[in-house]
Amino acid sequence: MKKLISLIAAGLMAIALPSKAFSSDSSDPIVIPLHNWSSQIVMSHAVGQIFESMGNNVEYVTTDSQAVYESVRLGDVTLELEVWEGAFGASFRAALEKGGLHDAGDHDAVTREDWWYPMWTKEACPGLPSWEALNDCAHLFTTAETGDKGRYLDGPVDWLKHGTERAEALGMNFVVINAGSAAALWAEIGAAEADKKPVVVFNWTPNFAEAVWPGEFVEFPAWEDGCDTDPTKGPNKEALYDCGNPAKGYLKKAAWDGMKDKWPNAYNTLTKISFTNPQIAMMAKMVDIDEMEPEDAAAAWLDANKSVWQGWTN
Amino acid sequence: MQSFETNKDDLIFGLSRSINVQILLAVAVILMATRPILPEAFIRLPDWAILSWDVWLSNFFNFVKDDLGLIYFTRTLTAGLENLLDVTGNLLFGKRRWPHLGPIPWTSIAAVAAVIGYWLGGWRMALLAGGTFVWTALIGQWKIAMQTMSVLAVAAPMAFFIGLFLGILAWKYDWFDKTIRPILSVLQTLPFFTYLLPAVIFFKVGPTAGAVATIVYAIPPMILMTTVGLKKVSPEIVEAGKMSGSSRWQMLRYVYIPAARTEILVGVNQVIMLCLAMVVLTAFIGMPGLGAKLLLMMNSFKLGRSFEIGITIVLLAIMLDRCTKVWVVKQPEHFEKETPWWKKNAFLLAGIGAFILFFLLAQFIQIADHITRKQDFSMGKEIDVLIKTFLDFDPIQATTTWLRWFLNVWVLIPFRNSLLWIPTPAFIILVTAFSLWLGGRRPAIYALIFFSIVALTGWWDRAVITLYTVLSAVILAMLIGIPMGISASRSEKWSNRILLVCDTAQTFPSFIYLIPAIMLFGVNDVAVVFSILIFSTVPLTRYTIEGLRTVPVEMTEAADMAGATRRQKLINVQLPLALPTMAVGFNQAIMFAFFMVIIAAFIGTQDLGQELQRTLAGTDLGKNFVLGICVSLMALTFDLAILKWAEDRKKALGL
Repeated sequence: MKKLISLIAAGLMAIALPSKAFSSDSSDPIVIPLHNWSSQIVMSHAVGQIFESMGNNVEYVTTDSQAVYESVRLGDVTLELEVWEGAFGASFRAALEKGGLHDAGDHDAVTREDWWYPMWTKEACPGLPSWEALNDCAHLFTTAETGDKGRYLDGPVDWLKHGTERAEALGMNFVVINAGSAAALWAEIGAAEADKKPVVVFNWTPNFAEAVWPGEFVEFPAWEDGCDTDPTKGPNKEALYDCGNPAKGYLKKAAWDGMKDKWPNAYNTLTKISFTNPQIAMMAKMVDIDEMEPEDAAAAWLDANKSVWQGWTN
Repeated sequence: MQSFETNKDDLIFGLSRSINVQILLAVAVILMATRPILPEAFIRLPDWAILSWDVWLSNFFNFVKDDLGLIYFTRTLTAGLENLLDVTGNLLFGKRRWPHLGPIPWTSIAAVAAVIGYWLGGWRMALLAGGTFVWTALIGQWKIAMQTMSVLAVAAPMAFFIGLFLGILAWKYDWFDKTIRPILSVLQTLPFFTYLLPAVIFFKVGPTAGAVATIVYAIPPMILMTTVGLKKVSPEIVEAGKMSGSSRWQMLRYVYIPAARTEILVGVNQVIMLCLAMVVLTAFIGMPGLGAKLLLMMNSFKLGRSFEIGITIVLLAIMLDRCTKVWVVKQPEHFEKETPWWKKNAFLLAGIGAFILFFLLAQFIQIADHITRKQDFSMGKEIDVLIKTFLDFDPIQATTTWLRWFLNVWVLIPFRNSLLWIPTPAFIILVTAFSLWLGGRRPAIYALIFFSIVALTGWWDRAVITLYTVLSAVILAMLIGIPMGISASRSEKWSNRILLVCDTAQTFPSFIYLIPAIMLFGVNDVAVVFSILIFSTVPLTRYTIEGLRTVPVEMTEAADMAGATRRQKLINVQLPLALPTMAVGFNQAIMFAFFMVIIAAFIGTQDLGQELQRTLAGTDLGKNFVLGICVSLMALTFDLAILKWAEDRKKALGL
């Protein structure tokens, strides 16, 4: 009897071994970066758990969302799952030029970043979302410091959103103030919420804020290629930045060049991964509204959406 | 203010201090009065005069980093440090690394903490130590708190040993003491963003960089306290040690260090407190744990849960602070020769017993092992609602709207514009005159050099805006803190209460104040000043209470006998005697303000802090360093002048 068991065991091993040799991913951990917004954290955990289900080791590090490209380039971090065209395009392209990382394909999701207002603002200024209507309502947005001009709260200076240039190029009656962080933007909206005070701030999608405060983007003259480099593009023939941001920016994945050789299976999966806007919003909602921990939210999402991701692992 | 007896030290060009101050003021006034006709070069430094420090420094750093190969050396260190962090990480929160034993169940850790607390200070300490860990687990923050503790457990001992070693060196060799002191002063005033970027570049993102930045930040007080302690060892003890024939090592190990125990333990206390403060701030460079979670919660606008994390950090800080303070006072126990070993080590055994008991329990009962998200008692949403309702309360809104209008339009913006209007040379002369008037010749020379360097870096306007924010906040803090201190100092009970509030306000992670500040005042200078003000009021209140309560009783009794009213006694007797101590508080308030103004970049400022925050996302070490030094030099100018004044004043009063 004992002999039989050991025989069977040996046979099983013989079957198991070659398949293990076939999956030649390194046993070193794949390092996935986490940033400071929820959807990215949940998505990273979800992808990490997919890799784990394929037998890989995974480790998460928290990093700055701009500095991460330098880390991916050096291989300190293996990949990056959310490369936003507007916010990180410049850092990504800079690292791409230096070499060491490459583009691992786009998500289905599109991104947009622009001037935005919560819905209650529209009640006070019904002409919205056109930018001309916003400009006519400038008086609704005045504060003590801005005198008779309206106040627009832009993102931090280092996000390079060129709010000031745009207000100038379009001759808008607005003063552009830069917030110091995303948290400052939410605090501003949150403070305006109770009294339904009209505000216009910088915002982006996909983002948790959509679920908390329904709102719309201001419609500026549509983006034309070269609007940021060629003054003749856009309505003002003498100024740059006289268009809105691209309404359909890309959302990419980036990978360290060494990933392909070190973890070929995981790399193959990474290139197939693609999330849509509603999927990303769902993940953010599980954490931001339902108060789940990111790891749990990722597990729950994977559990509920097997059909979405199982195809990526083959 | 007080007139000083002129001594030789104060004579410059044979003129007395007050004459010199007047001359400097006159020059500054002339420069300002003639501003409209002044050539451009006298108003702001022309571009050609601005030295490109940042480029030179960048080149220098790159040379040291790549050509001299410092990066290979530090990366080797990183590997060693990473191993240590992996061990504590595995034990505390179950990171998948050697020795693959963890995570230790929370009940075991809480029980051991309670035993240590009891050994140090009886039931109250046991309750504080154990209770802190129980709270952390029940509120659902165990894992992130342990991520923080795993770095603290490595960083604090390393900072201790390095600090002790350097402190001994500084005590042994005078030249070393002289070289290291100015470096320590700069380190203590350098904004923390300047610690972070080099740490990331040389020690890799994540916990290692966090640990390194934390260690560097916490070392200076340890060095200073060690040197102070060793210098105080009395010659009799040294003689006794020499007579019993100790070798040099034995002298150090068995004579000097035990004799300097109190100072060294005070150093340990400071190391732990600074480590905890820094470990939270290293979230900016990707250090996981309480700080990172706090940032994340703030970025998704969850006030309630941010607040809960704040409470955990305060509890941890208070617990560590109290425990080490009790340890300072606790004298080593001595047993009779015949005492059985288990009696000598009763507490150690109790600790091990409690650990094993809960460890076994945890194998069978899930709650004793870890608490899941659904089981915890987090009240995030409820607190959210509470905070929002409070902020929305009409009288509060009316007050803040009025304050925002009044301060912005009538105080802050005019003040800022007038500071920016002053021509650079006149500004430097004014600061020099201030230092001369307050501290005398040496501080004045430093002020002149330091502010000239700031001007030469080309960051003048931003430096002035930084200074303007600091000054506005400190002046407002004085209007609040000093009266509060004076009224609290009248009774023992109120003094203690207010001091407790001060402790709590100070240990609260500084950036948690930013969100309420924005919600109350919006993104503008009032919010910035307000968040700094909370932080700077603390030392002003604390030192006012301490200064007033340590006025010798004979003095106040003499005043009572002379029939002085309470007001007369306060103004003519107590305040003058307390003033040197209060000046130390004022100095700390300025230092705190310089620290906080950098964090306030998070709200949105146009000062040096904003530029510093920007450098964090890149690799530009040179610029980062130049900006940090600008802040440090401005802070040091005030530090030198005010402390010199307090010292002189104390001597004059014979305190």
